[in-house]
Amino acid sequence: MADIAGKLVRISGPMIAADGMLGVAMGEMVKVGKLGLMGEVIRIDGETAYAQVYEDTSGMFLGEPVVAQGAPLSIELGPGLLGQTYDGIQRPLIDLQKTSGDFIDRGLSADPLDYTKKWAFTPKAAVGQEVTGGDYLGSVPETEYLDHNIMVPPGVSGKIKTIVGTGEYTVQETIATLEDGTELTMTHKWPVKLPRPFKKKLPMNQPFITGQRVLDMLFPIALGGSAIVPGGFGTGKTVVEQQISKFCNADIIVYVGCGERGNEMADVLDEFPKLRDPKTGGPLMNRMILVVNTSNMPVAAREASVYTGITLGEYYRDQGYSVAMMADSTSRWAEALREISSRLEEMPGEEGYPTYLSTRTAEFYERAGRVDCIGTITKGDEGRRGSLTLVGAVSPPGGDFSEPVTQNSMRVAGGFWALDAKLAYSRHYPAINWNMSYSLYLNDLDSWFRENAPAGWMENRQKAVDLLQRDTELQEIVQLVGPDALQEHERLVLEMARMVKETFLQQNAFSDDDAYSSLDKTGHLIEALMLFYAECESALSAGVTLESILSHPIREEVSRLRELNPEGFVEKKEKVVQEMKAALQGLVEKAA
Amino acid sequence: MAESGLLQKEYWDLTYITGPLVFLKNGGRFPTGAILNLTMENGEVRQGQVLEVTTDHAVVQVLQGTVGIDIKGTAVSLKNEGARIACSKDVIGRVFNGIGQPIDGLAPIVAEEERSILGAAINPVSRNKPNDFIETGISVIDGFNTLVRGQKLPVFSGAGLPANELANMIVQQAQVRGEDEDFVVVFAAMGLTSREADYFTRSFEEGGQGQRVVAFMNKADDPVIERLFAPRSALTIAEYLAFDKDYQVLVILTDMTSYCEALRQISSAREEIPGRRGYPGYMYTDLSTIYERAGRIHGKKGSVTQIPILTMPDDDITHPIPDLTGYITEGQIVLGRSLHRQNVFPPVDLLPCLSRLMNNGIGEGRTTAWHREWSNQLYASYARGRDVRKLMAIVGEDALTPMDKNYLNFTVSFETNMVGQGFTRRTIEETFDIGWKLMGLLPKTELTRISRETVDEFYQETKPEDFK
Repeated sequence: MADIAGKLVRISGPMIAADGMLGVAMGEMVKVGKLGLMGEVIRIDGETAYAQVYEDTSGMFLGEPVVAQGAPLSIELGPGLLGQTYDGIQRPLIDLQKTSGDFIDRGLSADPLDYTKKWAFTPKAAVGQEVTGGDYLGSVPETEYLDHNIMVPPGVSGKIKTIVGTGEYTVQETIATLEDGTELTMTHKWPVKLPRPFKKKLPMNQPFITGQRVLDMLFPIALGGSAIVPGGFGTGKTVVEQQISKFCNADIIVYVGCGERGNEMADVLDEFPKLRDPKTGGPLMNRMILVVNTSNMPVAAREASVYTGITLGEYYRDQGYSVAMMADSTSRWAEALREISSRLEEMPGEEGYPTYLSTRTAEFYERAGRVDCIGTITKGDEGRRGSLTLVGAVSPPGGDFSEPVTQNSMRVAGGFWALDAKLAYSRHYPAINWNMSYSLYLNDLDSWFRENAPAGWMENRQKAVDLLQRDTELQEIVQLVGPDALQEHERLVLEMARMVKETFLQQNAFSDDDAYSSLDKTGHLIEALMLFYAECESALSAGVTLESILSHPIREEVSRLRELNPEGFVEKKEKVVQEMKAALQGLVEKAA
Repeated sequence: MAESGLLQKEYWDLTYITGPLVFLKNGGRFPTGAILNLTMENGEVRQGQVLEVTTDHAVVQVLQGTVGIDIKGTAVSLKNEGARIACSKDVIGRVFNGIGQPIDGLAPIVAEEERSILGAAINPVSRNKPNDFIETGISVIDGFNTLVRGQKLPVFSGAGLPANELANMIVQQAQVRGEDEDFVVVFAAMGLTSREADYFTRSFEEGGQGQRVVAFMNKADDPVIERLFAPRSALTIAEYLAFDKDYQVLVILTDMTSYCEALRQISSAREEIPGRRGYPGYMYTDLSTIYERAGRIHGKKGSVTQIPILTMPDDDITHPIPDLTGYITEGQIVLGRSLHRQNVFPPVDLLPCLSRLMNNGIGEGRTTAWHREWSNQLYASYARGRDVRKLMAIVGEDALTPMDKNYLNFTVSFETNMVGQGFTRRTIEETFDIGWKLMGLLPKTELTRISRETVDEFYQETKPEDFK
């Protein structure tokens, strides 16, 4: 292939223009300048191509070379991805550290996978077999707990001519050839902006369990669904995303730190390798891939980082795994779009964002889903099903949800977990506002919860929702006339709602016993609270004063239930419930 | 790299001047980011930086302003391929302008090394988690929003609020317990009035800090472009001292509002599409290249801790400057006007304050095992008390329940005794004791944020009179 090479004619921040680029394609990678910085073509005007550069462009002269690379931004997929920490364009950060030290230089390149490591390959296909994209050639144990299935790349098909036997191979060695001469290795490349193919999208009827009470009970999303977590600074977006990464029921987690803090990532890198995966007991890092492009790393690579992340997620989805991708924060991605768009002098839409923001957002969120994976269906095998669940943090300026990124994301994401600065100020964490948040998956998940969650899950959920709703109404009255003017029954509503907020909706991320709440603990805790509420109601009706209920030590016992470990929770709760019933009975007798 | 003017070719290329920018005819002569000398007819030399190059033109921002520059008689030559600063241990105790030239009348610095002031991003895998508790002696910080080494914790102030005094208090009092290490303050003043600059200089002298301060002064009447360079010069020196010379560096950046306004001024002169309130769309990225230059690195002894100070226009925390800052920094200390009016010092409005790295600095072996619970309980109770106070303003004290009144008492005592410590230094233990005493104003059963054993150990009922 004749290299297309041109010369720089304009440099403006991360945007460059080069002449003599006839034949270069939209989205194609280019190497810019003597340093060979990576860039992506984003506009073509005759022989002039405009590109966004993934690294800082200062120090460059006009006339320096720009060389087309022949392919769009692609990442390499194969065994060895798990446990890695990449930058936005899939360079392993640990390798960059080896070549350039503690600060990241420009123009570096590094292999995305370890090309020397040998993997124990077990073939699953045979010579003469007809294969198509997605079919397994074999598998390697990527970690102690997870088999990495080596697939025929999407779009490739044919009859297997040769395939290696069980043995150890590197990712670059040919493991199979097809009749037409195609050589297959354990890896293949995929352009990040192109969604990986699947057969069809499936209905979403299994929950994405997060271990966070307020989410699992009030606003659950489905495996393959998507949710956004918008909130002003300091409301706890990052903590929510990290808690979900630690405890959710997905097989694999892709965590994208897009334009966020370096120290936060240091925290993740320090903490996660020490954490145990609740599903397997192995290190949590073994089921994670981190994509890190901190805010001071180049802006164009930030734009690429979310696509890199989601492509990694789709790749494991295609192997039939359930994958969760956390994007923190999608606003930084949108801002990167805005910055590039403004340098291209495009006509701005709302708040300076490009008019294609909504299209790009929708395309991105639509890459989530529960799917029938590609691959041949054989007898007795109904085909693989994988899911990719997407949780995107949104950082609205001034915490104002009417801004374009929040609004566009709301239209496409099925879950809306709104973080509230007022709750965060009183250290109510997770600061998820129960009045504003919603989930569109509730109806689809109804039957799953009825069959699999503790009895009374949906009923107690409704009771709690009603109580919180009633509380909101009464608070408005209190703001006008004061709590003293309310009836005792109404004041009980306020007190019980406070208890639900403090005991149930709040969850201490830093407590070993409370950081994770199993479905059992969640279901039984709300049941205990709703029972307590009902008992208090009847005690009030039997003539007991509210004051004597509130000052009874049993109230504290019930609220301290939250501190108990999920292990053995149910028995301990039963004991407290019995004591509670007896205590209220005592009060009734005294009053009578 | 050559400084000598002899070898440098001069060009008479100017075509267009607007605001702080000049345009040159041919963009191919200089690289982006280069520093140019502009020699005027009267012999005066100014510096400019190349922002953008195309085949038609180059855009140059002039550091000292464009007044007096004419198209006909001004010559342009290359000074340096990029903005650089001389690094050496000798900078300690010296005063520089925003672009790193000494302004204290002493000799220029003999550089051990010259570095680009742009810096490079610290590789996230090289970062060491910040976890050394810095005792500032200020209750609202130590007890509730703990500062740790390597953190960036800004102070959000309003016009007329004593942010400078608070920053000075931190500089004077801060120490890591049980350690006596080489400690340096790097001070970058951006758009500071002479009075404010004077306050800091004097305080550093009086507190005996003069010999361990490096100051970069860009006053309100100094060239606006130098304001964009001042924090970067300061942080380049800070990184050098921390990661090459093992110093513990505390960087004070004040006032970031002036910095952002300078950024907006340049952006509008370049006729860029404005974002919120006229600030450029890339302000987040720009600010992050300043704030992210804080932290610790594996295997290095030193650290860079940042305390940027900014003034919230009209006390509005949703204004783009505090907003974008809050999204990058690891928390914020917010000053409140009503506390200031009540003569509470430091007038810190605790509710919107946050330290994201608090957990790394506290707990067993650092402060105490129950520090987090203690802080959460006081926070929650104070927040509830503030709600009650608001309610009382509407419905009157009589309409409150007895419990609400407890919270009201608690809140009043909290503000005078915990927050309003005056200009004294408190150890963390003293802060804890005051907190337990305050919790004594509430019934024991209300303290559900703290484990029962801890409450049993420390709780003692108190009365409002005990605080007189």
